[in-house]
Amino acid sequence: MAQNTRTVGTPTNVTQKHNKGGIGESTLRPDGTLKVTGEFAYSSDMWHEDMLWGQTLRSTVAHAEIVSIDISEALAMPGVYSVLTYDDLPAEMKNYGLEIQDTPVLANGRVRHHGEPVALVAADHPETARRAAAKIKIDYRELPLVTDEASALAPDAPLIHEGRDDHHSGHVPHPNIVHRQPIIRGNVEEARKRADVIVEGEYTFGMQDQAFLGPESGLAVPSEDGGVDLYVATQWLHSDLQQIAPVLGLPPEKVRMTLSGVGGAFGGREDISMQIHACLLALATNKPVKIVYNRFESFFGHVHRHPAKLWYEHGATKDGKITHMKCKIVLDGGAYASASPAVVGNASSLSVGPYVVDDVDIEAIALYTNNPPCGAMRGFGAVQACFAYEAQMDKLAAKLGMDPVEFRQLNAMEMGTIMPTGQVVDSPAPVAELLRRVKARPLPPERQWETAGEGADVRALPGGLSNTTHGEGVVRGVGYAVGIKNVGFSEGFDDYSTARVRLEVINGEPVAMVHTAMAEVGQGGVTVHAQIARTELGVTQVTIHPADTQVGSAGSTSASRQTYMTGGAVKNTCEHVREALLEMGRRKNGSYHPAWAHAELLLEGGKVVTDGGEVLADIADILENEAIDLELEFRHRPTVAFDLKTGQGDGHVQYTFAAHRAVVEVDTELGLVKVVELATAQDVGKALNMLSVVGQIQGGTTQGLGVAVMEEIIVDPKTAKVRNPSFTDYLIPTILDTPTIPVDVLELADPNAPYGLRGLGEAPTLSSTPAVLAAIRQATGLELNKTPIRPEALTGTL
Amino acid sequence: MRVNFTVNGRQQEADDVWEGESLLYVLRERLGLPGSKNACEQGECGSCTVRLDGVPVCSCLVAAGQVEGRDVVTVEGLADFAKQREQHGHGGACGTGGGCGSKGVSTDEAKKWAAKPGDSQTGEGIELSNIQQAFIDAGAVQCGFCTPGLLVQADELLERNADPSDQDIREALSGNLCRCTGYEKILDAVRLAAARQGEAV
Repeated sequence: MAQNTRTVGTPTNVTQKHNKGGIGESTLRPDGTLKVTGEFAYSSDMWHEDMLWGQTLRSTVAHAEIVSIDISEALAMPGVYSVLTYDDLPAEMKNYGLEIQDTPVLANGRVRHHGEPVALVAADHPETARRAAAKIKIDYRELPLVTDEASALAPDAPLIHEGRDDHHSGHVPHPNIVHRQPIIRGNVEEARKRADVIVEGEYTFGMQDQAFLGPESGLAVPSEDGGVDLYVATQWLHSDLQQIAPVLGLPPEKVRMTLSGVGGAFGGREDISMQIHACLLALATNKPVKIVYNRFESFFGHVHRHPAKLWYEHGATKDGKITHMKCKIVLDGGAYASASPAVVGNASSLSVGPYVVDDVDIEAIALYTNNPPCGAMRGFGAVQACFAYEAQMDKLAAKLGMDPVEFRQLNAMEMGTIMPTGQVVDSPAPVAELLRRVKARPLPPERQWETAGEGADVRALPGGLSNTTHGEGVVRGVGYAVGIKNVGFSEGFDDYSTARVRLEVINGEPVAMVHTAMAEVGQGGVTVHAQIARTELGVTQVTIHPADTQVGSAGSTSASRQTYMTGGAVKNTCEHVREALLEMGRRKNGSYHPAWAHAELLLEGGKVVTDGGEVLADIADILENEAIDLELEFRHRPTVAFDLKTGQGDGHVQYTFAAHRAVVEVDTELGLVKVVELATAQDVGKALNMLSVVGQIQGGTTQGLGVAVMEEIIVDPKTAKVRNPSFTDYLIPTILDTPTIPVDVLELADPNAPYGLRGLGEAPTLSSTPAVLAAIRQATGLELNKTPIRPEALTGTL
Repeated sequence: MRVNFTVNGRQQEADDVWEGESLLYVLRERLGLPGSKNACEQGECGSCTVRLDGVPVCSCLVAAGQVEGRDVVTVEGLADFAKQREQHGHGGACGTGGGCGSKGVSTDEAKKWAAKPGDSQTGEGIELSNIQQAFIDAGAVQCGFCTPGLLVQADELLERNADPSDQDIREALSGNLCRCTGYEKILDAVRLAAARQGEAV
């Protein structure tokens, strides 16, 4: 019998002792075997009897009025079952969006970016669907483009969204600004007078793509009740549901969603991609419809990391104390809002970095433009800021003649520091210590290509396998960076998670079933949920139920929040299940032993034991044929929205920190970079599974390395068209581009978090980029204020 | 057209294949072997790597017609393939295929999927090859989408080079993209498999 209650925080202070396979152990992934045998069902592997294939037709221009659409030829093709345009949308609601419902399901008379969905086709073979889509004739009348800050904010700028009435529209200075967040604290002009040195910098951060390997895909199956079952790879089932049901004109209970295997996400699956399209086609044809994007379409099918321009000014005294900071951060949000408002909140509130700066004048904005829409990606606004403030730290240190690490340590925040938003950092913030650790690590040997084995192995050189050099013109540099990221959804968002836990006896053994709607996207949530259940319930057998919308929301697998939030929800529910079991035990056996009444009781090894280790009963004997089944919500402490004028407010739940030291070798003749080592130190509060922790840190570090030296979606500034939507042209690091990543993990518990843990997925993505940049600057002496660093920037042939 | 070829040791026949269809499409959509992954379908990511007459290829770049009469090993057949190699001392066709004959993953099957306790630790009825077990043990599997291609590629590396250096591993796996792991644990996995292989000899 399920009971629903709402609980904030953790209800008991009972510390379960060690249970085998519990938290702290590097237990292996429960889905590992299926994944190595090819049997794990990813969203693109779904199949259904009599299934059709869906295809999207996307705009070939960035900004245009749609004069006419002719679908007749496509519809006449053999094998084609349905062709849908805006006119076929079934409900009054025709838009969706994470925060602002400004994104059309299908373009309504106007397209605002290259690749916007205009029409849909369902056919019996994917190639038929593609060919039919190509036969749809669209007459576009092109409109003037908005591509950057100047063209967006010009007095006569075309408005990307006319007649805006969203909750940000009232306070933004221009309708082409999605959201603006200033933060004012102290008195910058006064503080500026104390500065002995002042440095300024303008930085450009390129548009990065999540480039998850599993393409957007899923299967929609119409049901007899007129609803639809959707199997899909996503980061947040319930958020999808909330956006899908209204545009289908269906009540939410008629849209049943099940998570299918997710091939990576990194923020790129927070927004809707093919979900609504597949459902529309399934409902229109009354047949199951599968949509699988190819890689080309994937680059248009999800939002990217906001490209940014960042202007910074810092001052410092002769003895190395930062006096003040001024910055302006302009994020390009593209044609639709997606998560832009929240990204602005993060970029501004974390723009000062993990440093003590009492006097700040900060402004962050996100623009509406005709560029591709941008939204969530690992690091979420904090990444762009970290790139800029860390370059500033190096500039300041250099101007003062100080060591860059010592300078950072001198200004490092710690527990008790007040953030620019006025929020007090009330848990460990070991910024100086993280820097110390990466610096203390011995450096990799110089000229490794000559020292490894017999003679030179040129594969270790920049350009490596291409045999472009034997070491002449190769110089080495070392660089450091550290960053701060928030955990969880901020600014007053009701960020809860739900877990259902059922404890019953199967084949004589107590078994816990954990059911949540958490999206397992590769991060290992399914592993730690089982560990938590083993720890809290003292059982060995834990079954993780597939994630679906039959249980309450787990919130998003993003913002480094899932182990904290859904892990916290599993812990919380298990604790209540434990209490219920002990109550059952007291009822049945209480009269036999006084310990039932007054001792602190624990569940260990399938038994109820006292604090002193005396066994009172088997869990299986207490339960017999009964089951305990609870579904509970879990909430972290509340946050508030930042003040719209001053940016003040306790907006964040928790902060997390990582530091990097990059060692690079640069071929100055060819402009090629080889990152030799990227040492990392991070505080994770408590490592629930060290194998997963290290995997997350190394993966995040590599994405930061990618944006430093190769990753960028290139949008033609004249046409606003994407020029490199393929893995041939959008480069992500290969195993040859990725160095050794030694990881040093600190575990300084956060007293407010479940088990003291700290969300960890994003922080390593922040500091890895500026560390690599700093190392390349040190090797070459060049200023380099733009990501990614391309060969021409290093050889002066730009 | 009709294409006849061997997949994981089992004779297969695919009918009504279009001229433009790739081996990847035929494996995934016609033969019910979705283990080979469709990440870029452009030969850039290596997720669809299979052995074609022993040679690792991106199955997305192989036209289905090209495999007529030839021998393909996919990740589904990797464990059997490795076992055969162990028994016969060479890489040859395996006797049984993995999951051949069915079509894709049905929604009912998908619905029923549940992460079972301990099956990664014990293998629970599933026999894994050395490299498959090493990927699980080393934590080289996260989202797992790149894993099938990496496994086929790494298995082929260890077949011809029992004791690869780190540079050898990096060179061999340079055509396989992974977005989750940062590759370090993949290197660990290949080193682990090589070491276990060495112990076994």
